[in-house]
Amino acid sequence: MDFLQYFIDGLYIGAIYAIIALGYTMVYGIAKMLNFAHGDVIMVGAYMSYTFVSASGMPVYLSIPIAMVICTVLGIVIEGLAYKPLRGTSSLAVLITAIGVSYFLQNAAQLIWGPAEIGFNRLVNAKPFLLFDGKLRVSPEAMVTLAIAVVIMVALTTFVNRTQTGKAMRAVAEDRDAAQLMGINVNRTISITFAIGSALAAVAGVLLCSKVQSVSPTVGSMPGIRAFTAAVFGGIGSIPGAMLGGMLLGLIETLTGAFISTQFSDAIVFLILIIVLLVKPAGLLGKQVQEKV
Amino acid sequence: MLKVEDMHVFYGAIHAIKGVSFHVDEGEIVALIGANGAGKSTILKTVSGLMHPRSGSISFMGQSIAHTDAYKLVRHGLAHVPEGRRIFLQMTVQDNLAMGAFTQKTVSKADLDMVFDLFPRLKERRTQIAGTLSGGEQQMLAMSRALMSHPKLMMLDEPSMGLAPILVDQIFSIIKDLHKAGTTILLVEQNASKALQVADRAYVLETGKITLEGTGDELAHSDAVRKAYLGG
Repeated sequence: MDFLQYFIDGLYIGAIYAIIALGYTMVYGIAKMLNFAHGDVIMVGAYMSYTFVSASGMPVYLSIPIAMVICTVLGIVIEGLAYKPLRGTSSLAVLITAIGVSYFLQNAAQLIWGPAEIGFNRLVNAKPFLLFDGKLRVSPEAMVTLAIAVVIMVALTTFVNRTQTGKAMRAVAEDRDAAQLMGINVNRTISITFAIGSALAAVAGVLLCSKVQSVSPTVGSMPGIRAFTAAVFGGIGSIPGAMLGGMLLGLIETLTGAFISTQFSDAIVFLILIIVLLVKPAGLLGKQVQEKV
Repeated sequence: MLKVEDMHVFYGAIHAIKGVSFHVDEGEIVALIGANGAGKSTILKTVSGLMHPRSGSISFMGQSIAHTDAYKLVRHGLAHVPEGRRIFLQMTVQDNLAMGAFTQKTVSKADLDMVFDLFPRLKERRTQIAGTLSGGEQQMLAMSRALMSHPKLMMLDEPSMGLAPILVDQIFSIIKDLHKAGTTILLVEQNASKALQVADRAYVLETGKITLEGTGDELAHSDAVRKAYLGG
């Protein structure tokens, strides 16, 4: 029964990782850059939700669309100001800029909301379902989180495969020059990608802070790095891969923490990542890119 | 229709195109021939807006386009089938065609029928992933994809590269068909004999400069061209 309990807990945190990983993977797949500031957009989303909830007393779920809109704008602005001018330069320059943006957002948050943790309201305020005479507790919030993750993945997959804009994103991901020759505005497509990734980050931010019931300027850093790991694990650039990677990472982390050692859970997570990458360098669901000459 | 004057293009410090001037009139097939590295592909990339010239002018349908981005030129009726085809290998044949029609409001049935008429093989393979097509089929897809944008001028970069002789003949006969149907064509080729057979006029390019020009016939019979490009 313990195992089942931890399994459910693992899926809960895994679903949050998955939503963050979806943002990482979309931006990487299309803009070919690692947006290390992604975790901090999560944090901004959470603070936005907190600010509106505490100012107006609205329920947390109503603050999600507001946080999404603000983070979408933030994502487009970050991309336009910080990353777009570096398009075509070395990827190292972009990476360092992303780290800079990350620190900028964290410090701005400290300035506005202070460095201390602030209490965060729960998204779903309901008693957990007790199963098997109370031995198994399933919180409604965990179920909502899982459902949101699944809906987001299905919606993204449909968008990318069925719509003209989604197909244009895949075209840009595969061959930027050829995409331009089709009449696709590459800069605009990349902006849209950042907009979507940042909106997802806002959702993840609210879900994450609702789970830990607090928000702080660095709340997004570690989950951001873990979700990045999850995206690589599942195959970076792949939408189902990010989902699978996030879920697996949540499970591995929770189960090793419960049954092996809490202190070693990160080490074990990364050990498994290394083994997966040795066997499948492109990740679990990643495409092995073959250059056809 | 297309007029390029004294165009200079650089890759960083390398002076790749050194003052090239040429023109393509409406209804013509014009060929650019020359050896590997002469700058043929660079010229096409600069005309289509993937690169920009450091100096000189390019005008298309009376508009100056030297510094216009590639994606905008597609709407003006300029299509570029790049070297190496550059189809979207991970997408299906249909999705590749849909990308070709990106500037159109919808993927029209009439356009699909038109390209499937030209290339019946693609119709059989419409749901297949493009990366699984043969080289010849990929070339057909690259040309079809460009046709979906209703080009007035179609620029083809090495359409015969890496294809079996029978496919080369087929591709060139389709180029002639497209031309008859009203598309103006700028053709870049290493296969000079084939290119000169179909071209109304041609230019010979050597290390970034045009060294000869004339009608397809004239060049095919010129001693210099025969020695250098037609094997005596």
